[in-house]
Amino acid sequence: MEKVSKEWKTTDSIQPVGRKQFLKMVLGVFSLSWAGMALYPVYRYLSSGNSDATSAESNVSSVTVCKVAELPVNTGKNFQFGSSPAIVIHAQDGSFHAFKAVCTHLGCTVQYRSDKSLIWCACHGGCYNPDTGKNVSGPPPKPLPALVVKVENDSIVVSIT
Amino acid sequence: MATELLPDGTSPEKSINPLFKWLNDRLDLVSIWQLAQKKEVPIHKHSIWYYMGGITLMFLIVQIITGILLMIYYVPDLNSAHASILKINTRIDFGWFVRSLHCWAANLMIFVVFLHLFSTYFMKAYRKPREITWLIGMGLLVLVMGFGFTGYLLPWDQVSLFATKIGLDITSKVPVLGDQLATVLRGGSIISQNTLSRFFAIHVIILPLLLFGLLGIHLLLIQLQGISTPKSIKVSEVKYEKFFPDFIFKDLLVWILALNVLFVLVTFLPWGLGEEADPFAPAPIGIKPEWYFLAMFQFLKLIPAYIGPIEGELFGITIIGLIVLILGLVPFWDTGASKKLSKLATYFGLIVLLSMIIFSIWGALS
Repeated sequence: MEKVSKEWKTTDSIQPVGRKQFLKMVLGVFSLSWAGMALYPVYRYLSSGNSDATSAESNVSSVTVCKVAELPVNTGKNFQFGSSPAIVIHAQDGSFHAFKAVCTHLGCTVQYRSDKSLIWCACHGGCYNPDTGKNVSGPPPKPLPALVVKVENDSIVVSIT
Repeated sequence: MATELLPDGTSPEKSINPLFKWLNDRLDLVSIWQLAQKKEVPIHKHSIWYYMGGITLMFLIVQIITGILLMIYYVPDLNSAHASILKINTRIDFGWFVRSLHCWAANLMIFVVFLHLFSTYFMKAYRKPREITWLIGMGLLVLVMGFGFTGYLLPWDQVSLFATKIGLDITSKVPVLGDQLATVLRGGSIISQNTLSRFFAIHVIILPLLLFGLLGIHLLLIQLQGISTPKSIKVSEVKYEKFFPDFIFKDLLVWILALNVLFVLVTFLPWGLGEEADPFAPAPIGIKPEWYFLAMFQFLKLIPAYIGPIEGELFGITIIGLIVLILGLVPFWDTGASKKLSKLATYFGLIVLLSMIIFSIWGALS
């Protein structure tokens, strides 16, 4: 072994890998492959559970919230729309508006404040216009995504389109 | 290799790895390393049995990892338990693999525990100064059987329900406190949500805590007292090898072999799931306990309903209890002082082992 490496040295400037070094490298490569082989199934196992509950809910495209009479003027109502919270507001001019109720700042659920006539987030005080969903004060960077409201047979029906 | 060398082949004074130096200044790693260098394992014709404890430990590690993974999706609720296992088996990526690993490793672990028990028994490793290690080992065996028994109910299928019914019935036959113990374990007079919750808590919290405690002492004692060499081996015949790295690397190789056996079993014989348990349905035809309870099951089946004035079950349990007691207390009656008792211990062990094998095969075939 020693002889060979000396010959190598004379013909080539590249240092040959010793037996000990080589075995260490082999051990390292095998250990890493083992770790990868063990961790990949664990990762797949852990990441596969959440799909079925949310996929069924996220397919929801329309929700009947309540009767018109249950939502007086200048009030709002939070409800579940698929897998996310949503809010419907009976504005002072009598019109209805609905939005996804997830604050665009840090994901808290917003509510309607009748005293301020604003959509308000209790976490950091972000405010949105109840007619358009536009962010009007506080930290939210974007408006709330709007939903479509229809009144069918005296019921408030909220849908995506 | 000189004793003063570090794992990376350098001497401690010359070590330039700053992380190693930082840790060594605080934890005195060099002393620990030198201590590990001094540790030796005897080599002789029976030394293959020294690997059994290590394999058990490896399967235990598999059990802990897969157990934690199963807990993520398992729901210990009467209406959801079976469905959650079904979901793990069919809808979670690698779920069948994780569950099969848990079930197969449990069985292999119990098998290796028995090999470990009988090999230390026949090598008479329980004698002074290792009596406490032996007793703790017996305690660990009971815990491992407890793991098997409590884990069996959790999938809530038909067989697991009846196995638990029978097991708790046998428990209730134990004299003095048996009935109370069975009622506490069952959480009432029938198997219900109470039983499932209790078994779940025992399986994932109580038994693991007890196991870690006892196993810690078991391993510590082995480190303190070293590995015993059988008396039958002449001192001149025994060679020694370094615990690190020689024995550790051989141990690792054996672990990999055992893991491969496990992977082959899991891949070709994945663990199934029976029909959901129905407490009001009749017991399935040909119902049998797991193989490690089979000898006991067959033995109890053979005993008539009454032996004189004593109930058959009670008689059987008393016999089994006595055998376990004699086996457990062997370090105190076979101390090595008497050749007669030493022979008696060997014959007693052989009879127990043979009857366990015969009764298990009989139970499996009948």
